[in-house]
Order: sequence, then structure tokens, then C-alpha cells
Amino acid sequence: MNKYSKYFKNSNIIIGIIFILIIFTLMTVGFFYTPYEFDDINVDNKLHFFSAEHILGTDDLGRDILSRLMLASRVSFFIGTTVSVIGLLIGGFLGSLAGYFGGITDEIIMKLIDVQMAFPGILIALMMIAVFGGGTANIVMALSIMSVPKFARIVRSGFIKYKNFDFVKAEKARGASHLRIMFIHIFPNIMPEIIVTVSLSFASAVMSEAGLSYLGLGGNPTFPSFGKMLSEAQGVIFKAPWYVFIPTIAVTLILMGFNFIADGIRQIQKEEKNRI
Amino acid sequence: MNYYLRKIIGLFATLFLVSLTTFLVFQFLPENPAEIILGVDAEPEEIKALEKELGLDKSASQRYLNWIKNLMSGDMGKSYRYHQDVAKLIANSFRVTFGLAAMSLFFTVLIGLPMGIYISKKHNKFTEIFLSVVTQIGYSVPSFCMGILLITAFSKILPSMNYVPFSVNPLEYFKTMLLPSLALALGSSAILMRYIKVCIDEEKNKDYVRTAQSKGISDKKILKRHILRNSLIPSITMLGMLVADILGGSIIIENVFSLPGIGKLVSVSISTRDLPLIQGLVLYLAFIVVFCNFLVDTIYSIIDPRIRLK
Repeated sequence: MNKYSKYFKNSNIIIGIIFILIIFTLMTVGFFYTPYEFDDINVDNKLHFFSAEHILGTDDLGRDILSRLMLASRVSFFIGTTVSVIGLLIGGFLGSLAGYFGGITDEIIMKLIDVQMAFPGILIALMMIAVFGGGTANIVMALSIMSVPKFARIVRSGFIKYKNFDFVKAEKARGASHLRIMFIHIFPNIMPEIIVTVSLSFASAVMSEAGLSYLGLGGNPTFPSFGKMLSEAQGVIFKAPWYVFIPTIAVTLILMGFNFIADGIRQIQKEEKNRI
Repeated sequence: MNYYLRKIIGLFATLFLVSLTTFLVFQFLPENPAEIILGVDAEPEEIKALEKELGLDKSASQRYLNWIKNLMSGDMGKSYRYHQDVAKLIANSFRVTFGLAAMSLFFTVLIGLPMGIYISKKHNKFTEIFLSVVTQIGYSVPSFCMGILLITAFSKILPSMNYVPFSVNPLEYFKTMLLPSLALALGSSAILMRYIKVCIDEEKNKDYVRTAQSKGISDKKILKRHILRNSLIPSITMLGMLVADILGGSIIIENVFSLPGIGKLVSVSISTRDLPLIQGLVLYLAFIVVFCNFLVDTIYSIIDPRIRLK
């Protein structure tokens, strides 16, 4: 039996993957084909309910919502991926330094992380947008900084746990370098926790991006995004109450998908721990 | 060293670093604040004069010390846009945010605590699935989406209206605050509910519970007298984290419901590039979170003295 197959038998993980695949497929199709141009304005045909011509209806300016949704999911997936990769690289680096070497390095890094945690929610992103201006690159930078502590903490605690294990001591005795011990011997052991954190930080990056673009502080102002669709939908809430549900469901599917995956991995780990 | 002394030193170190970070980030501004205030077509002499007035001609460390000194005396500078003291603006809108945060915390505990206790008593497939679905929804639906959905759902019963201060009309106040605080509370109560359930499950398997059972005490009494007391202690830490969550969430929620609180002030100050106001707000919110965490740690160590030895 493949050692990964247990992950694909867990119902939480399967549900999570299905949820993400729904939006991911929409996005992939959107690269090749959209029913209409996302910015085709047609004022005679505004706020139409679902129909054969416009599967998810049209918005306040008569633009096809399905086409906009396809493009908006690109923004979410792009932000989620870049933020979790950058967060993992920086947070993983800081966390492994802190956990492996301990002492003063640990204290300095943990204090910096404490300081970062003091800024609630998207406040760090807002402060950076205020100083450096909006734009996708700045938002990615700000959200990555927000995701660093989670990675640093999880990697640090993993390193603290494993650094006194016999297999690490044996490697040290063999004269393995610090880097080799850290990345070849300890890292594989904390992989499940890291995947959980990647899922969670992907979800929270998507959520923060939606929040920022809802406030009108998102990346590209001409490109559709879930947050912007939400704020447009709120503007026509009494004329077309169904519109709100479309971006809400899209965001929720992505977030739920990643949360379910995280839950599933945790569940498997707990079961394994109980068996031992 | 004494536990509390260490905690207090830690508190001040964090406050110092938070203020330093905020200050440093604002040093990266690409443009000159004096130019932002006066506009593009200001005379160079005017800009020079204003720079001097704002203290921009001094070194960074001196400016930081000045800023801190003014902070201590409650002077956070003047807002560019409102031409008022930043401290006063923040104090006015904080009342709204405080009310919102307090109400959502109240709802969080009101919904999350009984649900968590109830769900921990049931152990069957149905409740497991129910718990999983409810917590997933709580985690996954962003609070501002929840807010907009609540507006849609309750548009007939609770039509949106302008904010009314408590002192003017308490009933109207509660009507305006009900939906925003519920939007924040629904998500966090799901988190609290799950946390309480996990804590209770952990305590249930401990020796003292078995002892109590073997003495013939009823399950109800064991839960009330023994398990709950022990399992609610960790929830206090959870509440501290939820305060930060709720404050962070209120930034967007206040914009959804157009409440004139801190969150509204933050977004307005960013779109108008009102730098002293943003700086003040960021620092203020961060300080509240730091103080809340400190308070939670302190309460925790009083309730559970074992923590002091760690």
C-alpha cells in the first residue's frame, strides 16, 4: 500500500479536494473559454436571473457573472498560492533556525513573531497598503508577512520536538551538517503539519484578499475579484438578493475545501498517534 | 524571577517593539508628508516650513522619541483630513467598536458555550457530522459575507438604518448592532464550541473522573462540578485570541454595516492617505491586542497557578 493512499481515503480530504476542484475547474476553463468577455457591458440586460444565456445571471452593468467568476477565481488562487509559498519559505526558515539552534536566536525570532501577532486581522496589510500603495505585489507581500508566524511556529515546535531524537543524534555523531540534519532528516517528519499550515494559510490569504478587495483596496481595479463582486452585490441587494450568494459560495467553497483538507490530515495524524 | 514581573517586562518590551515597528514602516513612505498635506503645487518654502513644524528635519531616532513622548501625553498628532486630534477621533469611534466587540463576544459565549457542552455529551455519528459541518461553516464563511447574508435575510424585520448611540436610544442601538455582532459571533462561536468540546473530551478520560464515577456520583454532577471547571480554563486563552479575531473582523464588518467605528475610520484614513490617523489607529489596535493577551495570561495564571512554574 502506498503511504499516501490513507490520505485519499479520508472523507474530509476527499470533500475538501472536491470543493476546491469545483472552483479550480471554473478557473482553468476560464483560461481558454469564457461565455462572454468579463467586461462586456450591456445595460439593457442588467441583473438578469439565471438563464440559459447567462447561467449565473448578469450584474448591475449587464456583465455575465459566470465569466467574471471564472476570472475572479484566478486572483484568489494566485494570491493563495504565492502567499503560502512565500510564507512557507520565510516562516520555515525562521522557524527552523529558532527551533534548531534555540537560545538567543530563538528568543529574537519568537519576539518578532509576537510583535507581528499583535496586529489583528488584516491590519498589517492595511498599514502596508497605506504606506506602499495598493497593487497585487504589495498585497502579496503584506499577506505573506501575515502568514509567516503560523509557519514559523509550527516548524519551530517540530524542530524542538525532533532535535533530541536518537536518529538526529546519530546523524550528528556521523558528522552530518546542520543543513543536512534540518532538511533531510527533520523536515520529512513535520511534513503533515506543514501541509496543514499551507492549507490554512491558503484559506486565510483568500479570505483576506476578498476582504481587501471588498474594501476597494484590492490589486487590479479593472479585474474582477470575489471581494469586489461582493461589494457590487451588496449595492443591489434589494433588487437582486441572489447575486450575493454567488461570490459568497465561491469564497466559501475554497475556504471550506482547504479547511476540510487540514482537518482530514489532523484526523489521520491523531489516529496514528493513538495507535502508537 | 517573579512570574508577574517577567510578564510585565515582556509586556513593555512588546509594546516598545510594536511602536517601533509601526514607526519604522511609516518611514518607508515614498513621498514627503508635507507634500501630501499641501498638495502638488505648493511652494518649496511652504513645504520647508511645514517640514520644520512636523519635525521632519530631525533625525529618525529623535522623531521616534518625540512621537513616543507625545503619545505618553495622549497627543497622537492631528489628522490631515478631519483637522482634529487623532486621539480624539479614535476615542470617539472606539465607543462604537467597543460596543460591537463586547456584543459579539457576548453572543460568542452565549452560543458557543452551551453548544459545546451539549455536543460533548452526545457521541454518535450524527452529532459528529453536525459538529463537523457547523464548525466548517463557522471557520469558512468570512464574517463580512455572513454580514451581507444576514442583511439579505433580515431586510424585512431589521431594515438597515443609521447608527444610533446607546445614550440616545438604547433600543435602536441594539437593533443596529444586532446583525453586525451576530455576523462576527457566528464564526467565532463555532470555533469556541469545537474548542470546548475537545477540552471536555480530554478531561473526561482523566483519573479523577473515574474516581468520581466509582464513588457513584451522577454523570451530571461530575460534568458540572469536576469536568467543566477544568475544561473551561483553556477556553479563557481562546477568548483572548477571539478578541483579536473580533477586532480584526470588525474592521471590515463596520464597513459592511456602515458603523462609524474604528474600522470605518481605518478604511477612510487609507483612502484619503491620512497618515497620522492611520499610524495612530494601527498602534492603538495593536496595543489593545497586546493588553488583552496580557490580561488573559494574568487571569489564567490566577485561576491555574501551575502555569506560573512553566
